[in-house]
Amino acid sequence: MNSESGPTPTERFINGILPENPVFRQLLGLCPVLAVTASLASALTMSAAVLFVLLCANVCISLIRHLLRPHVRIVVFTLIIAGFVTLVDLLMGAFFYPMSKLLGPYLPLIIVNCIIICRCEVCASRQTPLHAAADAIGQGLGFTLALGALGAVREVLGAGSLLGHRVLPAAWPEQVVMILPPGAFFAFGLLLAALNALRSARTARRLNPSPTESLAWKPSEASC
Amino acid sequence: METLGSLLLIALGAALIHNFVLSYFVGICPFIGVSRRVDLAFSMGCAVTFVVCVAATLSWTLTTFLLKPFGLGILTYISYIVVIAASVQFVELYIRKAHPPLYKSFGVYLPLITTNCAILFTCLEISKNTLLVSSAEAWGLHQALALALGGGAGFTLAIVLMSGLRQELEFCDVPKAFQGIPIVLIVAGVLALAFMGFTGSDQGLANAFRAGEVQVSALAEGVTP
Repeated sequence: MNSESGPTPTERFINGILPENPVFRQLLGLCPVLAVTASLASALTMSAAVLFVLLCANVCISLIRHLLRPHVRIVVFTLIIAGFVTLVDLLMGAFFYPMSKLLGPYLPLIIVNCIIICRCEVCASRQTPLHAAADAIGQGLGFTLALGALGAVREVLGAGSLLGHRVLPAAWPEQVVMILPPGAFFAFGLLLAALNALRSARTARRLNPSPTESLAWKPSEASC
Repeated sequence: METLGSLLLIALGAALIHNFVLSYFVGICPFIGVSRRVDLAFSMGCAVTFVVCVAATLSWTLTTFLLKPFGLGILTYISYIVVIAASVQFVELYIRKAHPPLYKSFGVYLPLITTNCAILFTCLEISKNTLLVSSAEAWGLHQALALALGGGAGFTLAIVLMSGLRQELEFCDVPKAFQGIPIVLIVAGVLALAFMGFTGSDQGLANAFRAGEVQVSALAEGVTP
């Protein structure tokens, strides 16, 4: 595929946010989605870090795309990503020490986040830096949307607060399970089921599209 | 005895108490993607365990003898990626030579183990306990291997449990909106709740090891306490 074919930068940008949302539609990068969404602040910090690394890595790989060889490309992707993640990790440690402590190993684990590797593979290694940058920002915002949604739901239900401010009355029984690991699975499962229901309701109102197609989730099957 | 107890604690901690998949959420993608059949899930678990052990050994050696003495902490992540990629290549070569049918059934998954976060997570935990602490507290190779073995066993346990449950789910009448991944996540949540039952048992085990040292050594000699 040459650099002229494929979606335009605008399409790439729009697609990343909802139509091809990395978390809800492609089920990529589930490790941070479940692990750092116990509070909205950590979810948003993680999204910002992922967005930055994705943008830098996508543009870099797009610039060297003619030099890539098929059998070593994944290693090249991860090495470039590892460089940028080291940068982010050091910056976070220097300027946002408590947050960097809170995110712990999940910050360096951005290196093996399959969203970034997948975007490098699908977009950056085939299209121009402009396409790659638009794609990175779109996908990064889609990721932010997903993490923000989960983080907000889990923090409100689990701690009764949002970004540290109390939003529910003190009488609210705090569902501590929501900020513990099982709550992440429950919240994400219910959110996906709600999106599924919404989508099949919308397709049912249109002419007669095949209902099975709208339910065909495509899980990313190996990495991350 | 002290060492054996601490090794057991590290391994049990990684396998059950803080299960890699259900508590730390590392390796979630294969947990969801490759858990349709029990046999394939088990081989995936074994492959990950093997790669984790090789990568843990290499990264511990690298950290202790190269990164720490020369103050190259900044290169930690990049060097770990190189180590992991090399171990995956090694495992791939071995499986292709020794078990060609297994190699075929893995297909594209095998090279993608490079980007499995369970492996990098283990290496990072090892670096946390070697690079960032004083030499007296630094982990030895045996502790690193205990973590790798326990973590790999925990991953295998979780993915095999999940695939068994998913095979049963095939015959269940799941609500339409929950079909596919949502119900898998809910089931994983229930599994995680079950594994939370182990919370705190590490402290209890540590106390038991300390208090029961005498009795255990007596038992080992065949004397009833």
